[in-house]
Amino acid sequence: MFGNLAHTQLQELWWIVVSLVGSLFVFMTFVQGGQSLLGTIAKTDRQKSLVINSLGRKWELTYTTLVLFGGAFFAAFPKFYATSFGGAYWVWIAILFTFSLQAVSYEFRKKDGNLLGARVYETFLFINGAIGILLVGAAVGTFFTGSHFQVNAFNLSSWKHPLRGLEAALVPFNLAMGLLLVFLSRALGAMYLVNNIRHAKIEEKARSAAFRNFLYLVPFLLYILYSLLTMQGFALDPATGTISLEKGKYFVNLMAMPIVMLLLITGILLIAGAAVITGYTSKRLGIWLAGPGTVFTCLSIFFLAGFNNTAFYPSIFDLQSSLTIYNASSSHYTLTAMSYIALAVPFVLAYIAWVWKLMDAKKLDASEFDGETANDLY
Amino acid sequence: MLEQIDWSQVNWARAQFALTAMFHWIFVPLTLGLSFLLAFFESLYVKTGNESWKRITKFWMSLFAVNFTVGIATGLILEFEFGTNWANYSWMVGDIFGAPLAAEGIFAFFIEATFFAVMFFGWNRVSKGFHLFSTWMVAVGSNLSALWILVANGWMQYPVGMAFNPQTARFEMENFWEVLFSPTAIGKFTHATSSGFLLGGLFVVCVSSWFLLKKRHTDMAKKSMAVASVFGLLASIFVIFTGDEAAYTSARVQPMKLAAMEGLYKGETNAGLIMLGILDPSHMPGEDDDPFLFDIKLPGALTLLANRQLDTFVPGVDDLVYGNDAQGIMSTADKISQGRAAIKALTAFKQATNQDDAQAALNTFNRHKEFLGYGYLTSPEQAVPPVGLTFYSFHIMVMLGFLFPLIFLGVLFFLFKGTLENQTWFLRFAVLSLFLGYLAQETGWIVAEVGRQPWAIQGLLPVGVAISDLTTATVQLTFFMFLTLFTVLLIAGIRIMTRQIALGPEE
Repeated sequence: MFGNLAHTQLQELWWIVVSLVGSLFVFMTFVQGGQSLLGTIAKTDRQKSLVINSLGRKWELTYTTLVLFGGAFFAAFPKFYATSFGGAYWVWIAILFTFSLQAVSYEFRKKDGNLLGARVYETFLFINGAIGILLVGAAVGTFFTGSHFQVNAFNLSSWKHPLRGLEAALVPFNLAMGLLLVFLSRALGAMYLVNNIRHAKIEEKARSAAFRNFLYLVPFLLYILYSLLTMQGFALDPATGTISLEKGKYFVNLMAMPIVMLLLITGILLIAGAAVITGYTSKRLGIWLAGPGTVFTCLSIFFLAGFNNTAFYPSIFDLQSSLTIYNASSSHYTLTAMSYIALAVPFVLAYIAWVWKLMDAKKLDASEFDGETANDLY
Repeated sequence: MLEQIDWSQVNWARAQFALTAMFHWIFVPLTLGLSFLLAFFESLYVKTGNESWKRITKFWMSLFAVNFTVGIATGLILEFEFGTNWANYSWMVGDIFGAPLAAEGIFAFFIEATFFAVMFFGWNRVSKGFHLFSTWMVAVGSNLSALWILVANGWMQYPVGMAFNPQTARFEMENFWEVLFSPTAIGKFTHATSSGFLLGGLFVVCVSSWFLLKKRHTDMAKKSMAVASVFGLLASIFVIFTGDEAAYTSARVQPMKLAAMEGLYKGETNAGLIMLGILDPSHMPGEDDDPFLFDIKLPGALTLLANRQLDTFVPGVDDLVYGNDAQGIMSTADKISQGRAAIKALTAFKQATNQDDAQAALNTFNRHKEFLGYGYLTSPEQAVPPVGLTFYSFHIMVMLGFLFPLIFLGVLFFLFKGTLENQTWFLRFAVLSLFLGYLAQETGWIVAEVGRQPWAIQGLLPVGVAISDLTTATVQLTFFMFLTLFTVLLIAGIRIMTRQIALGPEE
């Protein structure tokens, strides 16, 4: 089946798969958004506990999606894995650090003998939610603004900026992308909590936080859209494999791929609609609109970066070192084998959805603190 | 390809990876074993309806959770360190190595993440049967993830199912099934997971023995120990057999590792197995003096272990470094010169301006490509791993490996006789034995990983080439950052677990 596809078709298929996993990860960062909102939404210990326990039942899924995103990139586009992770060292190390802190914080926070105290673990959750997500956003921004690296004839890379990736945060576009992601994750987090917890005070605060954080993200979104439509991009000449700077490249991409335009517009409208519904009605379906909205918007961003003969990981140090989905990918054989493995993904998504439907049938409320369940809480 | 190798950076990157892997492996084996024990305990609860089994399950589950989260935290770092610290490796073998990592995500991690939450928070949210199913799935998911990562590791020890592509200058996969079912991969999986089962059993025995010594929760302790000891005993016997298989496979595909494990410098027919020995630290490859200051050997046993028949030859370090014509072993110096010819031809191939030159360079490359990796070694002696560390680690692991079944047998014997609570000396020893369990786990990985140095991929890619383009200072800084992080997590994790143990199960 997949073996008959041309190498370029497999490369495109895998850009879709990686983009989908990346977009699902951004949706799942509602966990990180909720973490950074903890101080805003929860005032008492019990409220805090409800919020933490609500997020705490999902954090591993987000984490696993991030791990899979890394694994899928490694398997499908190993040159990106090598160039970016080994090059933009400090950004990735910082991201890893914040996620490692998160991994233990839920479990350790309330436990006797946890060495650092609950406050410190809550701070770790905040750092992961704010700085971790900001850096992830800045890293995605470099898909459009480029990085300082060079790849030699043997495809081995060297980084040419002394800040080793942290320089990405100095570019306004990348910073805006980071802040956009932070506010988006907070809006998503608030909508998730509205849906998942039954507690009047928390709900009131979460509804207002959802709308407010949506408002905060609007200027960054507009700035990014404006930049994308006007900035120069990194065009690939498919005949020669050379990369050149092209004016309005991403605008051209948008025009050339109407489906991407549709994804982008639908995505943004869904997020905006969700924010309004959450802020101004008593409906709890915000997360179910903003979730797909986030996935659509992110997909469109990934597609703009990688499709229509564009270098998805451009080098501004040496244009010809830029990575495209064609020169950075695994072999035909590996992409074929991986495609068969990826057939399992729909089943995985199905059992996750089914299990969570079972688990979330009863929403979290104050009754959790009574009886046997009290000992099971984070 | 690489003009020069900065060995101080390489060594710090090695140290950082070793640090992460060793910390990770403090938590993972317990996850592998304890997850199955949880499934057994809960199965007994569902089958008998006896609430005490539920309390037992929940008690061990709370300890499992602490351990599990630190395992996850260190695991993420490990995955990404392949990219951050071993960038050239990521490109040169990513085509093969990335696949099992992605498969691990799809097939294993989501099972763990999804059912872990049901296992912990689903007691009153899902049916008894579905809860039990979830607990089993956590055990299956954890061990499946071990399968995929050990397939990846097995491939590094014995690269199969691939070929070098001079166009892209990397190794590319040719046969997924060969990678998945490589004998080294299967050997790694069976040995590492069964050692995890063993540790799970030992952990339960250790904590329960402490309860018995303190005369607290004695009923729970004895019930837990009965299940854990049967599981641990079976696992520990399996560990011995898979360990033997691992040594046999090493002799086939990593003879240098086996030579280092045994401190065997001069190869022998009917070589003896060192039962106890102290190496002369000043002994160098190629020297004629005895490498041992003191040793007790079991005659012929190493030959049996390595080749499974007597009167056969086991090569030593010197045979592998300097060659042995009589045994048809090529010297490392010859391999180095062939490797250098391959590198030169590859460079010529890349620089060729016309078809004919390119083809000629390719032909030369193909003649020497088998030894490509050796071309990066600066001296034949560089092909020798740290013998002392490998030797002592191997012997500590093996000695402990034979001790563990005795501990489980002891528990079962005294339980059967009904006198376990009175065996103070034995219970004290059982408490301490957990540390021996961890020692065996870590020494096992030292044998596997230090014993194959200097290779990132056995025979193909030395660590010096696999590296990222970083400075020593950068890697030093992250080494100490991770050291601090891991130490804090370890201390916090142990403190939380000991408090939970002191608190005991809900009564």
